[in-house]
Amino acid sequence: MFPAVATLWHREVVRFLRQRSRVIGAFATPIVFWFLLGSGLGKSFRAAGTPDDHGYLEYFFPGTLTMILLFSAIFSTISVIEDRAAGFLQGVLVAPIPRSALVLGNVLGGTTLALLQATVLLFAAPLIGLHLTAATVAATIAVMALLAFSLTCLGFLIAWKLNSTQGFHAIMNLLLIPMWMLSGAVFPPTGAPRWLKIVIQLNPVAYGVAAIRRCLYPAAATNGMGLPALPVCIAVVAGFAAVLFVLCVRGASNYEAAA
Amino acid sequence: MPCIEIQNMTYRYADRVALDAVSFAVEFGQSCGLLGPNGSGKSTLFRILSTLVRPQTGEARIAGADVRTQPDAVRRKIGVVFQSPSLDKRLTVAENLRCQGRIYGLSGAELNRRIDELLNRFELRDRAAEMAGKLSGGQQRRVELAKGLLHKPQVLLLDEPSTGLDPAARITLRQQLQRLRDDDNITTLLTTHILDEADHCDRLVILDKGRVIENGTPSELKSRISGDCVLVSAVNLEALAARIEQRLGLKPQRINDELRIETPRGHELIAKLIDAFGDEIRSITLAKPTLEDVFIDRTGRRLDAEAA
Repeated sequence: MFPAVATLWHREVVRFLRQRSRVIGAFATPIVFWFLLGSGLGKSFRAAGTPDDHGYLEYFFPGTLTMILLFSAIFSTISVIEDRAAGFLQGVLVAPIPRSALVLGNVLGGTTLALLQATVLLFAAPLIGLHLTAATVAATIAVMALLAFSLTCLGFLIAWKLNSTQGFHAIMNLLLIPMWMLSGAVFPPTGAPRWLKIVIQLNPVAYGVAAIRRCLYPAAATNGMGLPALPVCIAVVAGFAAVLFVLCVRGASNYEAAA
Repeated sequence: MPCIEIQNMTYRYADRVALDAVSFAVEFGQSCGLLGPNGSGKSTLFRILSTLVRPQTGEARIAGADVRTQPDAVRRKIGVVFQSPSLDKRLTVAENLRCQGRIYGLSGAELNRRIDELLNRFELRDRAAEMAGKLSGGQQRRVELAKGLLHKPQVLLLDEPSTGLDPAARITLRQQLQRLRDDDNITTLLTTHILDEADHCDRLVILDKGRVIENGTPSELKSRISGDCVLVSAVNLEALAARIEQRLGLKPQRINDELRIETPRGHELIAKLIDAFGDEIRSITLAKPTLEDVFIDRTGRRLDAEAA
């Protein structure tokens, strides 16, 4: 099983690196987005509940990391739809490997791509005066990997059921934007109305954002923000990932080629 | 024990029956053609045998392994060449083969040796470093074949392997398939609607509307049609058919724009037809029976017509 997973993972990464426009888009977009939006909004707003020495650009930083993870993890699973349309998938489906290997190879591929992109931005943190230590970086990357894995599973699950990339984009936008907006990535939940707070509490991505925030800042800086504790965050994201992975394997096992 | 054994296979979709109690067997080392028009059920059968679709009722065994209960065992025994290309166009030819080999559990020196062998065998040596998407249709089909053979399967399943290939590439493909049978003793099963391809199989199973309508060697099937086929085209086919029946006591079949008459001695019938209906007849053709005639004889339709 392991060689099959490694091969499928490797293929995803090679395919990504061979598409130059994808590579440029992947690394340039988040930085531009974060800088323009964060600095523009930062001048106009001051999010309630953020620490005083915490500009919006800084508040928005974990949110941007999450956005990169969310979009690139999920959109990497478009390859599932392309593989089916092009025929590559059927070749894998008749191979003597468990379906879980197929899912794992694909999902780890997407996870890697998302993580790579987010890590590039992570190293831009000192530009906004965020002090990084080896421990912060390691913890943040670990948490981001877990979040990326769960989100790639989510993308896989949806891509598996769809047969057009257009449909995928439509569904994803419907799902992704709210998941991101209502995760504490853009504004802190502390100032939100009650119903919105409940939605945020039910959104697994919010725990991912909180976990990243907890890892990036010393405890004192994040205590006033009403974030769940780090172990809770990690447990929720890990649970989310596990459930989605099982659903992916089940979906892939029930696959019947349209005849 | 036969290599491929299908018993009473029935497969229903919501609105139609794709396979209706299909049974046949293919011996080890034979090449078997599954001939039928679009919608005959051959694609469904192909997907069941290649373990993409689970059978509903009936049994199918490949080299002793049951496709329903032992799909993984079947998967190790079969190589599959799909009609739509399964190559990754963004990987090179060698990378495609490497990827396939690893998925099948090959690695290291053994994998390299297999890739080398197959690149040589299919004359792809100088294309190994090229992106698969840049290859011609015939070359891509050869990479597909190489991919399907990497793990040394006993059985090769091919879905419409000639479709989309130019005549030269078809001939090359046919020769390669013959070598697989003769030199490597690989059992092949291919679906096709191309008569020439079917003619070169050891055994043919003709499917129509989900049923096996003929099963035998190509020459056996053709010999079941007595003598010649005479094809007549005319301005008013219906009227001519009625008059042929009335005057000569023959029952012509109307196939598209022609009337088709089977007869032991074609040249004699042609003389009679021209004597009697010379003014109405536009053209007249004498032909030896082909597999197409076998199909027409049994169904009243041409092979390339959509199944009604």
